[in-house]
Amino acid sequence: MMDFLANLFDMLGSASFWVATLRVATPLILGTLGVLICERAGVLNLGIEGIMVAGAFTGWLAVFNGADLWTGVLVAGLVGGVFGLLHAALTVWLTVSQHVAGLGVTLLATSLSAFAYRVSFPQVSTPPTVTAFAPLEGLAGLPLIGPVLAGQTSLTLLAIALVPTVAYLLYRTPMGLALRMVGENPAAAEGQGVDVIAVRTGAVIAGSILMGLAGAFLTLSAFNAFFFNMINGRGWICVALVVFASWRPGKALLGAVLFAAFDAAQLRLQQAGGALPYQIYLMLPYLLSILALIVMARRAAYPQALMKPYRKGER
Amino acid sequence: MNESLPALRLANITKRFGKLVANDDISLELGTGEVLALLGENGAGKSTLVSILFGHYVADEGHIEVFGQPLVPGNPKAALAAGVGMVHQHFALADNLSVLDNVLLGTEPLWLPFSRRRAARARLLHTAARFGLGVDPDARVAALSVGERQRVEILKALYRGAHILILDEPTAVLTPQESESLFATLATLVAEGLSVIFISHKLDEVLRVSARVAVLRGGRLVSVRNTEDTTKTELAELMVGRSVTLPTREPRPHGDMVLNLSGVHAAQGGKTLLDDLSLVVRAGEIVGIAGVSGNGQQALADLLCGTLAADSGEVSVSGQAMRANPRDWIARRVARIPEDRHAVGVVGDLPVWENAASERLHLPAFSCAGIVRGKAARAFTRTLVEQFDVRLSGIDVPARVLSGGNMQKLILGRALSVAGDDVTPTLIVANQPTWGLDIGAVAYVHRCLLDAAAAGAAVLVISEDLDELFAIADRIAVMFKGRLGPALPTEGCSRAAVGLAMAGSAASDTKGASQHAA
Repeated sequence: MMDFLANLFDMLGSASFWVATLRVATPLILGTLGVLICERAGVLNLGIEGIMVAGAFTGWLAVFNGADLWTGVLVAGLVGGVFGLLHAALTVWLTVSQHVAGLGVTLLATSLSAFAYRVSFPQVSTPPTVTAFAPLEGLAGLPLIGPVLAGQTSLTLLAIALVPTVAYLLYRTPMGLALRMVGENPAAAEGQGVDVIAVRTGAVIAGSILMGLAGAFLTLSAFNAFFFNMINGRGWICVALVVFASWRPGKALLGAVLFAAFDAAQLRLQQAGGALPYQIYLMLPYLLSILALIVMARRAAYPQALMKPYRKGER
Repeated sequence: MNESLPALRLANITKRFGKLVANDDISLELGTGEVLALLGENGAGKSTLVSILFGHYVADEGHIEVFGQPLVPGNPKAALAAGVGMVHQHFALADNLSVLDNVLLGTEPLWLPFSRRRAARARLLHTAARFGLGVDPDARVAALSVGERQRVEILKALYRGAHILILDEPTAVLTPQESESLFATLATLVAEGLSVIFISHKLDEVLRVSARVAVLRGGRLVSVRNTEDTTKTELAELMVGRSVTLPTREPRPHGDMVLNLSGVHAAQGGKTLLDDLSLVVRAGEIVGIAGVSGNGQQALADLLCGTLAADSGEVSVSGQAMRANPRDWIARRVARIPEDRHAVGVVGDLPVWENAASERLHLPAFSCAGIVRGKAARAFTRTLVEQFDVRLSGIDVPARVLSGGNMQKLILGRALSVAGDDVTPTLIVANQPTWGLDIGAVAYVHRCLLDAAAAGAAVLVISEDLDELFAIADRIAVMFKGRLGPALPTEGCSRAAVGLAMAGSAASDTKGASQHAA
């Protein structure tokens, strides 16, 4: 027991553990903020899994074809936004079931990416690579957090900076209030002069842009190539993290980091060569997440109009 | 503002929904500083008219002027800008947001990079003080009482500088005391020069608060009267189009104890729903349960149809202890008239005849070896439809297409009619039996309940409408926070005392209530 605790503290004290944690957390932070923005406006966006694939692929493809890294990120965001527009068209304008539309967007975006990859690279055995974002080694000198930040790229800093930004936009601007209101009581918002359809559409597009960025992080920063299955359920984790976070940006950051820490810890446990089959370790972060979700989600105050389509003139 | 101009002028407003003419050539003026009551039954076109006024709908014909200026149709924003404020019957508030957030929404340009919350809060407090509408700007709306929420709704309109306020059935959800406070607010508003349209179907209030009354019937404006020149009877006749006699209670002999609750306690998910409840209802007796909804009435109704189990205490019908199993309750001939017709009263997508027969399918008259005797069930339904005057195009239409009144008659018929080897109900549990019905249908439902009691049934009526309870109940008990006060004879109760108990002030002191009445 004492050994275990000592090892635990060793791990928590090591910079490399936190470097890994933040790396794992970055796409989750971006994706969770994306889902959060959509859901606060009352739209469930299960397209996230596919939008992340599309963002990962297109961002990487742009860089592979000679664009610089930030242009690649921009392309991923734009592609995310386009799929967001599709999701908004289906759910907000045509008011079809948000679950079904979201799963449809995921299937479409995933398949389109796979198709485009196969068309672009008919015969490759090893995935082609690009030069990814470099770690910010210049930050190594900062006290305490320097070694951790030095292992990260600009995209991670961007993701972290987006947390207070999104919180400010949601809670301190008229637009954020309108967005929260259309997710709580769209009829009331309409009655107060807010264009519900426009705000919801905008929110879904903005959230989907962040999902595209989350995908791009994987191919342009965490790795330097595109693989099939590289999103591997991260989008679904984000959907769960939003519930864990009670739809609050700060708690979303906490949740993403917590999940990432579990993941980084299980990697270490695997490397340490425990007696258990490695699949057990792979399960750990998910099991712990479910436990955390049970504790947190019981108290969660859902946006009251979540998944409720709004049709003007109908009550 | 020009004093000589009417605050609001509706000219020849016509609105059709398919074949239905919801508003038929309505012309109406609202003077500055006036309270105009808009009176009419459900479906008379009141809501359509104000929805057009507020821009939720666009009128097919006619136009609207606000202080002499034409109002852009179909645009709530334009209505707001013109100074028209609307207080919806079902509050248009977001429960999870604060009062300030709810008021502030839409008052600032959306693309502003910051929100002037401090100034907004000061202005909100100032407006609240000016009109005597105290609220805490930082409270979450979900934590407010119904009366407070209504104040927030009114503040929302006043904050935007509304000169014309439309109140849609504002007292429907209020306790008598809260209604009083609303009437006081209305007086302040009018004194400050605002004009008010007060929509209601309650005659007493209309007579009390308005200067003029406009009566709508079947989409037409049938009359505009000065309030002081009219009477309750006249307005009722104008509203319904014929004279309506509301049934009244007559003394009936009370028989044996039918329902007996003693020390009943029930909780769900750690929350106490019913707390030490005791109540006796005898054959031939109607007992009314008053209370603001959400104080355990639903739990009581659930208990009495077998869908909620008591943790402790005694629940018996005609001396036999009851289990929490709806089958048993139906077998004891406990008839239920549930609160929400659409949600639990009928299965909307099933045909009328299946809904009518649903509670009796286990009887040999209606099924044999698990196979429904369709012919018998249909015959039963036809009799029921005729007997209870349910208006429909056929018993094979889905139940959801029935109007509220007809759906309630169907449910009433199912509860009260006798089929096969059945007997008349021993106990009738009616939860909000006339909610949302018009006067004609209310009279019918009351007649049925009174007749059932006269025929020897024990009747429990749960209602938020005190007029209803005072009209038909022999005894009244008040429910507050899961506790039930003593059931006192209606003659000994005063509305004021019942109202106070509904608000919790005198829940434990119902002695004071009877003294007050005497």
